Amino acid sequence: MTSAFTPSRIAASLGILVVFLAGWEWGPGALGIKTYLIPPLSSVAAGLMDLFRADNLWFHIWVTTLEVVAGFVMGSLLGVIGGYALGLSVTMEVVLSPYILALQIAPKVAFAPLFVLWFGFGLEPRILIAVLIVFFPVLINVMTAVRNIDPDLINLARSFKASRMQVFWKIQAPASMPPLFAGLRIGATLAVIGVAVGEFAGGNSGVGYLIVLTAGAAETPKVFAAIFVLTVIGMLAYWLVILAENRVLHYMPSREHKGF
Amino acid sequence: MTDTRLEFRNVTKKFQDRLGSGRTIVAVEGVTLSVQDGEVVSLIGPSGCGKSTLLNMASGLSETSGGKVFVDDDEVVSVNEHVSFMLQKDLLLAWRTIRENVEFGLEIHGLPRDERRRRSDDWLARCKIADFADHYPHQLSGGMRQRAALARTLATDPHVLLLDEPFSALDAQTKMILQQDLARTLSEAGKTALFITHDLVEAVALSDRVLVMSQRPGKIIEEIIVDIPGRADPMERRKDPKIGPYVGQLMSLLHVGEAELEPV
Repeated sequence: MTSAFTPSRIAASLGILVVFLAGWEWGPGALGIKTYLIPPLSSVAAGLMDLFRADNLWFHIWVTTLEVVAGFVMGSLLGVIGGYALGLSVTMEVVLSPYILALQIAPKVAFAPLFVLWFGFGLEPRILIAVLIVFFPVLINVMTAVRNIDPDLINLARSFKASRMQVFWKIQAPASMPPLFAGLRIGATLAVIGVAVGEFAGGNSGVGYLIVLTAGAAETPKVFAAIFVLTVIGMLAYWLVILAENRVLHYMPSREHKGF
Repeated sequence: MTDTRLEFRNVTKKFQDRLGSGRTIVAVEGVTLSVQDGEVVSLIGPSGCGKSTLLNMASGLSETSGGKVFVDDDEVVSVNEHVSFMLQKDLLLAWRTIRENVEFGLEIHGLPRDERRRRSDDWLARCKIADFADHYPHQLSGGMRQRAALARTLATDPHVLLLDEPFSALDAQTKMILQQDLARTLSEAGKTALFITHDLVEAVALSDRVLVMSQRPGKIIEEIIVDIPGRADPMERRKDPKIGPYVGQLMSLLHVGEAELEPV
């Protein structure tokens, strides 16, 4: 199988990175933008070092990562359970879907201050927001996947006298894996957003807290550095989902082509 | 055990029209037929005449509205493990290898691993896909996938096979090869089959008898006994001069070419 990652494509992709980084380093100066608004790349790097030295960055990374993982795992689990429940039972869907939809449309990040009020300055409110945000895409994907399974596949299993549990474990669960993983991918990136918003809203830990703290002190290089750290955490979470996906969905056609 | 494997006694199927009106549609009406042990019987008829409905009732996946279906003299009241079906869609599970797909029914029946393996080896070889046992379905051509589906259908050792246009999605030559292999396999294993098809030559070449159904509500309007030797060798049968008259007879029964195509 030929790879989509040809040397020329990799070179082009790296080229964009170089142009972007160079533009960041010298662009603001060339355009006369004040460095406290957009600091050049080198001072962002220095800011990152500063965060490690002076602001105990490892601790904040640990807190944020913990919240992301907890929020993602709990949100996905709830989404998977809810998705199968709604997908398998028309009654459940008809009864519950208006409320689930309302929950989805409600801007959950707006609840952040409320959650802080309720649960204090610990990790709980951040995890809760992440759970609520991650939950929905996973639920919708799993529910739709279960609904879209070819009824003849179910009939095939039934014709062999499969029990409901066998139909679920041998047909419905594996058949819904590809959309489930698509939902998890979205969930992984959303979890980071949920956690960051939760950290903005209160408390004194986490990378999101560092952003509020340093922005308040107009330490722009550190703000950018913290955003960079959040991005890395999000990318790692996404990458882990891809890794799991590639293991579980190894049977899918032409996965060899796909990088992301 | 008697000689009759599958029997429909005065079977009727009605269902509610789901699109708006809610009126009752009679899919099949008063169908009586029987298939003897080792016999291959084809069922042909216009689209929507209820052929597939008959198969669903035979497999126990759908209930009759009137009349009874018997398999091995036992009334079919629920899903029956002595009946196995194969459709135009191969229904292979994408996440299972070909071998695992062939073993699917055996696994549900709770057979031990060794026994499953022995049977899948046997049927993979007989259906000529042993070399692809460890491939995934997407790696195989349509013809190979149908072979795998046939192996899965036969692996549970059903008394009756229900075949619903199993080759209609294949190209003409692959189709002839698979018909040949199916005919030989059914004959060697002494299996009984009810075969639905739109392909008149296929119906004549593969069967002992051909049953012709009318338009909805589907009734059996004619039975044709195929008096050509060598049911296990449809390739030879196709060349027999008697094929033409049989096909001609079927064409006139089905009014092929007598009316304009119906608007869809």
